[in-house]
Amino acid sequence: MGLWAKIKAALKKTKDAIAYKLNKLFTGGVLNDDFYDELEMILLSADIGAETTERLLKDLKKAVDKKYIRKTEPVKDELKLLMQQILDENEIPQYSYPMIILLAGVNGVGKTTAIGKLAHKFRKQKKSVTIAAADTFRAAAADQLTVWADRAGVRIVKHAEGADPGAVVYDAVQSFKSKSTDILLIDTAGRLHNKKNLMEELKKITRIIEREAVGIPLFNFIVLDATTGQNAIPQVEVFNEAVEIDGIILTKLDGTAKGGVVLGIANELQVPVVYVGVGEGIEDLEEFDSDAFVEGIME
Amino acid sequence: MGLFSSLGEKLKHIFSKMGNRGKLTELEIKNAMREIRVALLEADVNFTVVKDFIAKVSEKAVGQEILQSLTPSQQVIKIVNDELTALMGGAAAKLEVSSKPPTVIMMCGLQGAGKTTMCGKLSRYLIKQGKKPMMAACDIYRPAAINQLKVVGRAVNTEVFEKGTQNPVKTAKEAIEYAKSRNYDTVIIDTAGRLHINDELMKELENIKKEVQPTEILLTVDAMTGQDAVAVATEFDKRLNVTGVVLTKLDGDTRGGAALSIRAVTGKPIKFCGIGEKPDEFEQFHPDRMASRILGMGDVLTLIERAQSAVSEEEMEKMEKRLREAKFTLDDFLVQFESLGKMGDLTELMGMIPGMQGNKNMKNVEVDEARIARFKAIIKSMTAKEREHPDIIKASRRKRIAAGSGTTIQEVNQLLKQYEQTKGMVKSMKGGKGGMKMPVMNTKQKTKYRYR
Repeated sequence: MGLWAKIKAALKKTKDAIAYKLNKLFTGGVLNDDFYDELEMILLSADIGAETTERLLKDLKKAVDKKYIRKTEPVKDELKLLMQQILDENEIPQYSYPMIILLAGVNGVGKTTAIGKLAHKFRKQKKSVTIAAADTFRAAAADQLTVWADRAGVRIVKHAEGADPGAVVYDAVQSFKSKSTDILLIDTAGRLHNKKNLMEELKKITRIIEREAVGIPLFNFIVLDATTGQNAIPQVEVFNEAVEIDGIILTKLDGTAKGGVVLGIANELQVPVVYVGVGEGIEDLEEFDSDAFVEGIME
Repeated sequence: MGLFSSLGEKLKHIFSKMGNRGKLTELEIKNAMREIRVALLEADVNFTVVKDFIAKVSEKAVGQEILQSLTPSQQVIKIVNDELTALMGGAAAKLEVSSKPPTVIMMCGLQGAGKTTMCGKLSRYLIKQGKKPMMAACDIYRPAAINQLKVVGRAVNTEVFEKGTQNPVKTAKEAIEYAKSRNYDTVIIDTAGRLHINDELMKELENIKKEVQPTEILLTVDAMTGQDAVAVATEFDKRLNVTGVVLTKLDGDTRGGAALSIRAVTGKPIKFCGIGEKPDEFEQFHPDRMASRILGMGDVLTLIERAQSAVSEEEMEKMEKRLREAKFTLDDFLVQFESLGKMGDLTELMGMIPGMQGNKNMKNVEVDEARIARFKAIIKSMTAKEREHPDIIKASRRKRIAAGSGTTIQEVNQLLKQYEQTKGMVKSMKGGKGGMKMPVMNTKQKTKYRYR
């Protein structure tokens, strides 16, 4: 739990933290409209979004009525329960080896760093890993990934800058098959979801994988920056339309952002959070734990 | 996403409910303000900023001026817009220049905000202004960050000063000395991305600042940032007293509420924005335009400006003359495609047109740039006579044109059909019938955005 302790510590660092405001709200006081108004503001200020906040409040009021809750304190536990329910509604994908994981997302969310951490994580589980540097667009992206590959002690397949990412993926899949590695991790260039040609390029990449790696499970993960606001919802929505997203990797949770938008995503788009990242160290990636996540937000 | 996809659409919806009933009650205003509050929060404007904003707008709206007004909903929109613009700051802010060169510009921000890319864009911008900039690589933490800056530097013809993983404070200091010796008039310092709560790394920035006394300290912020933008900006400003903000990734479809929040809590101007991945995709920040973009009124001003720089005066006059004569040949059609291309990314341009942004019906309409390129190829494969008199293009000519342009006969047909439609529109426009719902622009511009 070292990692979650870190998250909690980080969240505590600011008195703007949602936990601070919630504790104030849940201590004493009466359950009136003002209470719910204030609660609504707090949830919105955690990037949870209007639609999901509305659902939470509706369900909360229902639960409060049903259980004859009269004080503010027990409402907190009810709220936690509801949040957890939303997060647990979507199932986390089950791995079987060999398999391929592709990371996609908008620019600057931490895809390359996440690949490095994932590679290390699988290596610790004694799996063999190949990395494909399919971000051929950003300056020195492959160099950055090479450093991570060296740190994790895994193989990397890369081409020159500006090369066709499809060609990198093709070569990587061939190498992954011929060397019978357990896992192929594919890093892709950051792309804004409203750039149609770049989304087409991503589709092409997955088509190549499906064609060249028949029968091998492919997991498409979208990487989200925890500081992102409501725009994360259209991000997941559009990437999901393009390549069918199997899960979310939530990065940069060591800041003061709470990543509340994943509640909105889980509620509206039914995509589960699979991993969370909390720093720049190679160990700083953990499986998502809804219990701990809600604790992190609320306590 | 709910029913609406932009703040502007939401506000429009609220006010359309109000209608034009002459007078507004206080209750109606209160309801509208509640909706505006939620809409702003959904647009990622920080909740404390929203609170203040609502208080201010309510105060103005509930006053007599609105109750006595003939079109109250219009006036509420105006008040909201005015307040939003006021909150964004007045005129566009400029880059400060030091009286004692070199001018030092220090870039800072969270990881992944886009500092390194922005350094390149800034350099390209300064070179265009006749300056002689240099860049200093002070990100010693992220793997290959120095390499990235060097690649960016090569792309914009700017020298990059680097000392490997040496202490960045020392590197920054040496960079200034080096710049002086080489007569560079501006030094752009690229620093590592860091969390605002990482005390050690924030101290490093304070030390760089102390050592090189930057003229500009620009906080780079991702336009997609949520509520946390305020915490980040407040902390960076507290520790470094930043001189301005640079907003990146504004070419996404984010509503950009973070811009409003940062401006409101720090009072620091947003100076530039990044609108793409290429070094040229960079603009001066215009507060009034951003306010109207958030409101969904489109970014008409930017659009007009780009149209003007993309189309020469001469071409414009020629086109106008053709329009007056109601002559519209395939050559004119080609000119229009070309000027569209010069204006930049079409999908992005569409977002600037009022009503397009966040319009539900427009959600699936995409500008197919490849298709436009094929259209251009088709016209270019025609003879001069064919372009002037498209009527003569019959089956065998179509076949030849398709072969010559590497397209299909179907595509040639499509182009000719589109041309006929456009020609029809041009004619009806000349006849004063109009019928096109376009932004308020003069006829010169009107002709440019019809082809989608």
